Amino acid sequence: MEVRIRIQRYNPEVDEKPHWEEYTVEVEPTDRVIDALHQIKWFQDGTLAVRRSCLHGICGSDALVINGRNRLACKTLVRDLGKVITVAPLRGFRVIKDLVVDMEPFFRKFRSVMPYLVNDERPPAHERLQSPEERARFDDTTKCILCAACTTACPSFWADSRYVGPAAIVQAHRFIFDSRDQAWRERLQILNENTGVWRCRNVFNCVEACPRDINVNKAIAEVRQALITGSRGLPLEDDEVH
Amino acid sequence: MERRSVRHRRAAPSVWEGLRYRGGMGQWAWVLHRLSGLGILLFLVLHVVDIFLAAFGPEVFNKLLFLYHSWVFRPFIVLLVFGVVYHALNGLRLVIVDFWPAANAYQKPMWIGATALSLGVTAISILAFFWEG
Repeated sequence: MEVRIRIQRYNPEVDEKPHWEEYTVEVEPTDRVIDALHQIKWFQDGTLAVRRSCLHGICGSDALVINGRNRLACKTLVRDLGKVITVAPLRGFRVIKDLVVDMEPFFRKFRSVMPYLVNDERPPAHERLQSPEERARFDDTTKCILCAACTTACPSFWADSRYVGPAAIVQAHRFIFDSRDQAWRERLQILNENTGVWRCRNVFNCVEACPRDINVNKAIAEVRQALITGSRGLPLEDDEVH
Repeated sequence: MERRSVRHRRAAPSVWEGLRYRGGMGQWAWVLHRLSGLGILLFLVLHVVDIFLAAFGPEVFNKLLFLYHSWVFRPFIVLLVFGVVYHALNGLRLVIVDFWPAANAYQKPMWIGATALSLGVTAISILAFFWEG
């Protein structure tokens, strides 16, 4: 099938502002948007800048605004989009060129929530054991691939880029509710600042945008609940009373 | 091709760009929540002004009342009824979602319920206004 792909192009070295360019490509209905972009870049216009890596929906580098909403170009089939497909870079980040945005502010926020296990106790001879129930507590938020589709779909982030954003909260949630973690109070304090969880307005764009089907809004609500109650709500936690 | 020094474009999207995002139901629920909030604020300002005028005696106050009774103003009163009820019920939905994370799974039916109820109350208010007028 023949589809028309409209791409938002912008080269800061020559262009005053972004503009749209249209390409016509021959694709299979089961091809993905990234396949169509490859066709353009490889056979029609080598100047097109697009970022992708694994092409299998796990590296998180090709989140784009496709037909008006955030999706992964490697997980979106052409047949689900129609004859005209629009592709634009993620909102709220500086455009480096065409579809490639500067993700550094995003990763800075990711690092700000201490996205790693903190446990100063002497490790046991084998692994730190955890019951299936304890593991299940944060299962949903382990699925995040840091593609930024949620954060750049969030009106609170558009309005104020200081907001830590849903992706960083998801990452914090993954460790806050890990029974082995000891820095959950510090993480909660980071998210209690005025750039933290209270900026969420329950718009649910993050939930719709997530290519990994994480219930982002629920994770944010759970972090807020932990802040209000001062407890993670995990069993066998006697150190949680203020 | 002339090269120009790289200027960093403002990264934050405008309100218009934001509204063009094809978000789900939650985005429009939120937009309506904001608009109804602004509408209520606008009416409150007007209301403070008319009550303030009451201090100058009943004649002055009554002169202003023609505004509320005029046919031009009526649709806005109907909109105000919808705005107040929607803002209250959707606000409750947000509070529930905030305080009970498990309620996140029901946010869509809750919105449909809140909006349907708001429209119902608005419909009854239209009848009431006609009855009186």
